[in-house]
Amino acid sequence: MSLASADSPQLDFAGSPVNQSLSADDKIHLFREMTRIRRFEQASLKMYNKGVMGGFLHLYIGQESVAVGTVSLRGKNDHFITAYRDHGHALALGMSMNECMAELYGKATGCSKGKGGSMHYFAPDKGFWGGHGIVGGQTPLGLGLAYGLKYKELEGCAMCYLGDGAVNQGAYHESLNLAALFELPIVYVIENNGYSMGTSQKRSSSFRGCLAQRAEGYDMEWDLVDGSDLYQVRAKANIAMERARKESKPSIIEIATYRYYGHSVADANAKKYRTPAEIEKYKKNHDPIRLWEQRLLDEGVLTEEKSKEIDNAAKEEAAASIEFAEKSDPPTVEAIMDDVYWESDHNTEASKIGRHFFND
Amino acid sequence: MSRKMLYRHAIREALDEELARDENVVVMGEEVAQYNGAYKVTEGLWEKWGCKRMVDTPISEAGFIGMGIGASMLGVRPVMELMFWSFHSVAFDQLVNNAACVRYMSGGLINVPIVVRGPANGGTNVGATHSHIPEGLFAAFPGLKVCAPATPADAKGLMKAAIRDNDPVYVMENTLLYGTEGEVPDPSEGDHVVPLGKADVKREGSDLSLIAHGRSVLHCLAAAETLQSEHGISAEVLDLRSIRPLDQEAILETVRKTNRAVLVDESKGFGGVSAMVSHLIQEHAFDYLDAPITRVTTLDAPAIYSPHVENDQLPNPKRIVEKVLQSS
Repeated sequence: MSLASADSPQLDFAGSPVNQSLSADDKIHLFREMTRIRRFEQASLKMYNKGVMGGFLHLYIGQESVAVGTVSLRGKNDHFITAYRDHGHALALGMSMNECMAELYGKATGCSKGKGGSMHYFAPDKGFWGGHGIVGGQTPLGLGLAYGLKYKELEGCAMCYLGDGAVNQGAYHESLNLAALFELPIVYVIENNGYSMGTSQKRSSSFRGCLAQRAEGYDMEWDLVDGSDLYQVRAKANIAMERARKESKPSIIEIATYRYYGHSVADANAKKYRTPAEIEKYKKNHDPIRLWEQRLLDEGVLTEEKSKEIDNAAKEEAAASIEFAEKSDPPTVEAIMDDVYWESDHNTEASKIGRHFFND
Repeated sequence: MSRKMLYRHAIREALDEELARDENVVVMGEEVAQYNGAYKVTEGLWEKWGCKRMVDTPISEAGFIGMGIGASMLGVRPVMELMFWSFHSVAFDQLVNNAACVRYMSGGLINVPIVVRGPANGGTNVGATHSHIPEGLFAAFPGLKVCAPATPADAKGLMKAAIRDNDPVYVMENTLLYGTEGEVPDPSEGDHVVPLGKADVKREGSDLSLIAHGRSVLHCLAAAETLQSEHGISAEVLDLRSIRPLDQEAILETVRKTNRAVLVDESKGFGGVSAMVSHLIQEHAFDYLDAPITRVTTLDAPAIYSPHVENDQLPNPKRIVEKVLQSS
């Protein structure tokens, strides 16, 4: 693995302007958001294991600083898109635990009315464009968000997240070339948790330096970030996001992070391709939430009591979302046929001409 | 007053008018701008509209089609050219998982107002990789709309409807039709828009119905002439024009009128458009049939290169006449 983090000494990014401008409340907010994501994920895992939901569940536990740190830099015209490990981004962008949990339960009150599931959360009103299930498939879509910004002459940035497993997909490389060629305002954020499912980075990718460095082949800027340090995530992501907004230039940032659980909860070998010692090392030394908490305690911004209070509130919120999801109704069978065509949903003239659906 | 126009110029006129009507319409694809289009469909549009509205892309179908889909989610209305529809295979994830499914998976929060257009046909001796005919394939994905115009007027009218539609529409053209000529209404007579989902009787007849789309319609018209003049058989020719939505009523109406149907389809027989049409006829007009439904489809092998025999692999007037006479 190319780790910016590991155990090497790090610069202190607390002094960067984008971090100096944070108030005590802002810092606590970041702690709260990371804590909420973790508690939501733990609650969803618990319920998944009880067999109340279907499909896959790709947990974000261990990676919370990436979504929370980058989303905290959101500007007015910024857009966000990611792959299937999408709960963290959704919550960070302001989607409620209720709608997210209900979606896992396949209920009509879910963010996608129970039609998308865990991998397909969306909230365009919050700048969140999914939630995409195919590895790397979202990378051209993110490019399109950047294209839309530039076409409409809006100053903004498209944040397109992908895992380290996606960097070998062709669509991603086509997107990098187009991003640089058309000078589009996009930041590709590689959330490098070290494993594409059960295959380590060493066994899946050929590269010089780090994965982000492939940007040089496309004449694009890149950076490597230690994901366990929220200050660093913000400081470095901000540079790339400002490059997009102000210069309409793309970047790749690779954020070294770690997932504590398997690729998904269906990953039968989650504890075989990594040693327990490796997982424990991350939990102990690199957990982004514990490190941030300690930082804020050291700064005198946070107290043990306040931290506990935030954690308890997150647990309660997650528990309440389970209750909400359980009490919600599932979609009706009739609802299966809604949301296929815009024209049909809006009962337009066009929707009345010819046969659109072929149910016998 | 209508004018005679080439099919390629009719499409160009549609693009030109829609570029003028809506500032969010942008045409993109390989060689569409500075090269003036691989088939000269977009000739002159770059000079007129400039680099913002006419965009040359690198050879990256997955990349630029996905980019167009993403941009459409923000309200841009990209009209994307595939130099050959055969190249759909390298962009399939974008064309299906993203364009067709994102609205559904978001519970209706997003729509994808894109057009993907280009030629989808055999008959040009370019071998199997460049001769795919995927209208039936894409029509099988709910969320997508597909049309295949046979005449210049329909090409213009359907293109305009496709661009204005708020769902993804895949327009299947034909390299062998680009140089064909036909009447197209003059813009001074008003906006010429042909709605999706409306078939057109291209020739009236009473003895049997030839049902087709795309270039096969021209073959049907030629076959109908022969059947009338040499065999005294009066064939009606129904042009589907739009595959999904599909004008089921028009299909049933012609079958109820003639009581016999021969389906002509450049797709292969297995799962082709005609397979669906055949099913609908047997389900809804079974009692009107005086004979089994028969089909003329592309012979069921990958497209052959050889100029000596490729034409025999495809539907053509001779095969249609033979099929009609065999089943008479």
